[in-house]
Formats: sequence, C-alpha cells, structure tokens
Amino acid sequence: MTDKTTVTSVDQAAVRSRRLRTVFAALGMLPVLILLAAGFQFINPRFLTGTNLLIVTQQSSINIVLAAGMTFVILTGGIDLSVGSILAASAMVAVLVSLVPDWGLLGVPAAILIGLGFGLINGLLVAYIRLPPFIVTLGSLTAVRGIARLLGEDTTVFNSDLPFDFIGNGSVLGIPWLVIIALSVVVLSWLVLKRTVLGTWIYAVGGNAEAARLTGIKVPLVLLFVYGVSGLLAGLGGAMSAARLYAANGLQLGQSYELDAIAAVILGGTSFVGGVGSIWGTLIGGLIIAVLSNGLILAGVSDIWQYIIKGLVIIVAVALDRYRLQAGART
Amino acid sequence: MSAAVQAQAARRPVLEMRHISKTFGAIRALQDVSLTVHAGELHALMGENGAGKSTLMKVLSGAYRPDAGGEILIDGVPAATGDPIKARAAGIAVIYQELSLAPNLTVAQNVFLGNEPRRLGIVDREQCNRRAGEIIARLGVSFSARALVSSLSLGERQLVEIARALSTNARIIVMDEPTTSLTSRETDSLFEVIATLKAQGIAIIYISHRMEEVYQLADRVSVLRDSGYVGTLARADLNASRLVAMMVGRDLSAFYKKDHRAPDSARAVALSVRGMSDGRLLTNCSFDLHKGEVLALAGLVGSGRTELARLIFGADRRSAGTMELEGKPVTIGSPREALDAGIAYLTEDRKELGLFLDMSISDNISMGVLARDARAGGLRDFTAAERRAAKAIADLSIRTRSAQANAGSLSGGNQQKVLLARLLETEPKVVILDEPTRGVDVGAKSEIYRLIDNLANKGIAILMISSELPEVIGVADRVLVMRDGAIAGEVTASEGEPLRQEAIMELATGAAQK
Repeated sequence: MTDKTTVTSVDQAAVRSRRLRTVFAALGMLPVLILLAAGFQFINPRFLTGTNLLIVTQQSSINIVLAAGMTFVILTGGIDLSVGSILAASAMVAVLVSLVPDWGLLGVPAAILIGLGFGLINGLLVAYIRLPPFIVTLGSLTAVRGIARLLGEDTTVFNSDLPFDFIGNGSVLGIPWLVIIALSVVVLSWLVLKRTVLGTWIYAVGGNAEAARLTGIKVPLVLLFVYGVSGLLAGLGGAMSAARLYAANGLQLGQSYELDAIAAVILGGTSFVGGVGSIWGTLIGGLIIAVLSNGLILAGVSDIWQYIIKGLVIIVAVALDRYRLQAGART
Repeated sequence: MSAAVQAQAARRPVLEMRHISKTFGAIRALQDVSLTVHAGELHALMGENGAGKSTLMKVLSGAYRPDAGGEILIDGVPAATGDPIKARAAGIAVIYQELSLAPNLTVAQNVFLGNEPRRLGIVDREQCNRRAGEIIARLGVSFSARALVSSLSLGERQLVEIARALSTNARIIVMDEPTTSLTSRETDSLFEVIATLKAQGIAIIYISHRMEEVYQLADRVSVLRDSGYVGTLARADLNASRLVAMMVGRDLSAFYKKDHRAPDSARAVALSVRGMSDGRLLTNCSFDLHKGEVLALAGLVGSGRTELARLIFGADRRSAGTMELEGKPVTIGSPREALDAGIAYLTEDRKELGLFLDMSISDNISMGVLARDARAGGLRDFTAAERRAAKAIADLSIRTRSAQANAGSLSGGNQQKVLLARLLETEPKVVILDEPTRGVDVGAKSEIYRLIDNLANKGIAILMISSELPEVIGVADRVLVMRDGAIAGEVTASEGEPLRQEAIMELATGAAQK
C-alpha cells in the first residue's frame, strides 16, 4: 500500500518535470527575450521606446539574415564558419559593381551571386568530397577573407552615391528596409523548411543521414542546397552591409559575424547535432543577441563586460538545449 | 605429471553460476541458467543468435547484475555480482569480438592500461616492459613488449588482450568468437596459446558457432536456447546432430501464419541475382526470387546476409554481380534507384538506420514518397501525408494517440510497423526485410507475420533475413543459407515434409561438411 503511493508520487514528479521540459521546448527562448527586455527597461526606461526598438531590429537584421542561412546548415548537423568572410567579399563586390556607371544597381544581385558561388563550393566539398563541414568552412573562412582583401587591393572601397543605399538607410512606412528584408528572409525560410518537400528532407538528413539515404533521399543534393543557401544569404548580408555603410573593407568587415550567427541559431533552440529546430527560434535568438548588446550599452556596461556577458549567455543557452533534448529523447 | 595436475584440477570447479536469471522490463533474457566450469578446462558455450550466451557472459563479467536468486561462486565462495571491477579482481577476464586496445600505445602499455605498475606515483616504464615481456613469454609469442599495437596483426592483438587478462591474474577467461577475424595460421597459434593456458590451470569459456573448433578444443560443451539452459555434453559424447538438435529443438508455435500458396518453380521470377560480390566478405552470391514467394536468408551473424541485402538495394557498392528485375536487366547504384525500380529494404537497425525519431509518424511514413505527393513548386501535400498515415495506422494497427506524435515515442513493435508502412507506400515489387521482428513483442510479431503473408498473397516477392529459425520455418517457403559471405546451400520443403531446422543449422555452421 505505502509502496504504491510512493510509486505514484514519483510518477507524478516525473510527469511534472517532463511537462515542464515540454513547455520549455515549445516556447523556446521567447520568455528569455521578454525577461531581458523587461530587465533593461527597468534599468533604463529609454530601452522600450520606438526609436530604440527600431535601432535594435536594424542592428540585428544582418545577423538574422546570416543566422537564417546558418539554421539550414545546422539543421543538417553541419556548420558554416565562412559566412563572415563571404559577407565581406560580397560587400566588396557590391560596392565595386555599384561604381560601374548606369549598372550600379547590379551590385546587389552580384553580391548575392558571389555569396551563392562560395556557398556552393562549400557544399560541393561537404556533400561530394565528404569532408567535415567544420574543416571545409574553416578553410573558406580564411581563403574567402583573403579574396575579399584581394578584391579591393586591401583598401576600403567607397561609393558615396550608392544606387541601392535605400536598402541600408531607407524605410517604408517607417519600417527600415533592413528589417523588411530580414523578416522576408525569415518567412521565406520558414516556408521552405516547413512547407516544402525539400524542407522535410533537410530535417530528415539532420535527424538521421543514413536513414535518409536508405529512404531514397539524395543527401548530397540536400547538403549542397543548405550550404548554397547559407552562402547566398551571406551574400545578401554583404549587400545590406555595403548599402548601410556606402563602403566595404575586405579586412575588417564581417569579422566574427559567423559566431553571432551560430549563437543566434543555438539560442533559438536548434540542436547542434541537427534535425531539431526552427527558424522562429533563430529570429528570437538573433533578437536576444541584439537586445543584449543594445541593453548593455544603454545600461552603461563596458565593452569588455559585454563580451563576457554575451559569452556566458550562449553557454547557458546551450545548457538549456541539452535539457530540452532530454525532453525529446523519450523512447 | 601434467596429466595428474589436470586430473586433480578437474575435480575442483573454479566457477559455478547458479540459477542465473535476467529480465529487462518484460523481456526475459536468461531463465534459471546454471553453469559449472573447472580449472584447466575449455568449456564451449553454444546456442543460436539471441539464445542468451552474451547476456550470461555479461552477468559473469559484472556488466549486468543477475535477478535475485542467482549467484556466482568462485572457488566455492560467493562472489559479488554486477560489479565489473570486483569481477576482474576475482580473476574473470572477457575478451570481446571487438578488441579494446589503444593502437597508438605499446604492447606493454596496453597490457597494463589502467593498472600500471608505479614507483613513487609515477608509471614505472621499466617494470612495465619487463613484466609484460614475462607474460608474453608465457604465451610463447614472437613480438616485443615495446612494439606498437598498431604494428601487430589482428591475431597478435588478440594475444595482447589475453596477456592483459593474464596481467590481472585472470583464472577464468571468456573468449567470444575469437577466431572470427583471424587467418588460419593465426587461429593455429591462438589454439597453441589456449593449450598453454589450460596447462597453467586457467579455465576458458569459449563462445563459438564453428563446429570444427568446438570439436577440436572443447572439453565440455554447454548449450543455451531461448534464454534457458539445455544441457552439457562431455567431449566423449559430442556429435554434430546431437548438438544441433540441442540448439534448435523446439516445436513451432502456432502463431506463424502461412496462408499464401507456396509458389511452384514455374512461377515467374521477380528478382534474379547473379554473382554478387563486394570485394570484402561477399563472394559470388546468386539466387532467384519468385513472385509471391517468401524466401528466407538464414545464416549466423557475420555470414553476410545484411551485406548481401544492402548490395541488392544499392546501399553499398558492389565489386561484381548483375541483377534482373522481372526479366529485365537493372543496374542499381543507390537506394533511390532501387526504390524507383521497385525494390524496398527494411533495415535491421531501425533506430540507427531507419527512423527519424524526432519527426512525426506521418512524416516518417511518407518520407519515401514526398516528391511523388508534392504539389506544384515542391510544396508538401499535407493532406496526402495525413491520409497515408491514417490508412497505415489503421491497416497495421499502429498504436499511437496521434499521427503527429514523434516516432521516438512509440514502442519497438509500433516503430517497426511505421517503417513497414513507409516501405509499403513506395509500392514495391520486391521487398527485402532484414530481421523484421527484432526487438518486437509477441503481439506485434504475429501482426508482422500476417502482413508478410498478405504481401506474398498479392504477388510481392519477399526476401526475409532472420536469425530466428522457428520464424524462418514458420514463414518462409524456401530457405537460402549463407556462410562466410557465400550462399552455402538451399533448404526446400518437399511434398509432405516441412523445412527442417537441423538442415539449416548444419549448413550455417558447416557441420554438413563433416
């Protein structure tokens, strides 16, 4: 009799903790974002003003575009370390093409195509030569950075009369183009991931690559696609960056952007081993990073401490990811 | 002198395992098994795959704790159970099929790994090499204690494992299929080492499927079957038919279902396989599979059944071989091409190679036909997926609260049905089932048998790999037996006489050659 009651109370505790984890999994990091925002508002009432929120979203937009591409890659269990370098090279191309008389607007598609090209090279090496993604993209992180410097002969290129500067500095009905682009990328990514056959294949490859192959999915094509998307979006990020700055520099632009993108994806709850995650999580993750940076500045925290705090937040988020994975692993 | 020592030793059991049972949840892996092993004896342990041999040895090595009531006595003294460290201290050493050596270290370092002789807290390299040298000398082998393990052959590495066992003063050494990966010369030198060990009074428990080895080496043979102990034969009483009968002898339960008409030889050939080789294990495998037939592929673990299935399905690369599907030559280089041609494959390892555990049941079922169902622009047709899932859940009675639940939340039997459903959605002409009832409860098993029977009735050709002989006998029309990567023979039912388990087992173990 007593035995039975102990057993049921143990069961109930297990059910309760499982339920808690499931709630965690469903809501993701949204509560963290809200808590952070509330906290910063408490410290500095200027935080939750329209102007400041616009700044936050604008600052996060390029990272969110990169992180969207990174989400595709990480969902397959891979990684793309080269997005910062690709962004730099694409931005260089965007500015250089913009200097061509009458054809300046082509800077944007040129940047996107260059990014796509680098991404496809990454994808070919990962999918068909079967090299580890970390190694491949670590290599292109360095090599493409070199190419970016080569493009401008290691100088900063300017165009004060940039034909597509509206992208970086204009807005529609008060909403900056940067934000519109980032949101469109997120919505499009969601469409691909959740509404297309290809999207389901991406989750399948990340969940169990060998099972995917035995199910008849062409795994190399899926991998080629995700690295292509990541490169393409890094190219788009390059165009956005060039449009904002009227300039590009192969050495400094996009340095360590890949880390912020990866952090946004992981904060968003996408599992590092692949197969689990969502683009909405990435959006929230990107916003958390932006809110942290902006809020810490408003709170008067020094640059050095910002680094330390951001790093700790990422580690805590990965710890939460582990906790969440355990919730999924019921067999 | 040595004969006298042996005779004296033989009277003294060094190991007694009494009334060992082991249950995992509802599954009974061992039921009241007792085993007595004498010093200086080679005690062979035989039984079909899954008979409980490995579980028994894991209980012995302390990896598993036996259920209450079971005890292990060493030299007549009860020993601790369920504790690998105490088991090792008590003199028990297990040498597994997969060796556990660090190839980048020397022989001596491996022998004393985790147990290094120390002086003032620092590993005593000199003593390490000297003592390892002594142990190796006892085994009478030629390599040096300072040699890197990576420079040794597989057979020599096995001897290093044995040396490691001796370094902890092991008196009971378990060898699990030790000759599987050895050449015949290496096997001979292993047997010499075994003789040396026996002369030193060490007891050896020897797990093997190979009759010749057991004849050559064993002082006594114990047989397990269906998780239970069947009996022990002394060397003088050994004979092949008796051993095989002990390993398989049980009546077929009624729950197998074979209502489809066994095809006569005039029935059209669905799949014709000729000269399949993979350049490693498989050599020149040829057979015909007829429409509406259930052809079983039997054989021991490691005989190449799964490898052959994967070759046919295009999952691995073949080095030679051709196939004809319904009379037309086909070349299949990938699973995609196999599926497009109408060949489907159910993996034996559903968690690692089959399911997407984090995805919904519905997605899992439709995964192979997503592109076929897709709407314009590659958009998913979720209605089609739901329809397929609902139909599969009803047809195969998959027990779940929702088609949107994760596949990982299902029980083994229902997971297997999800995989079967996925395979059927591709509307195959030839179905290869690799261990279709592994890890599945009895209820789901009989449902899977019924499904196989229905498919055969519809004219689908079925190649079924199974390690369970009653299942083979109960479900198949004809049996191909594989041994060492080749097709060793075929067992057919003749008029009025059913398939014989003994005939299959003789082919699988090579006893028929004797």
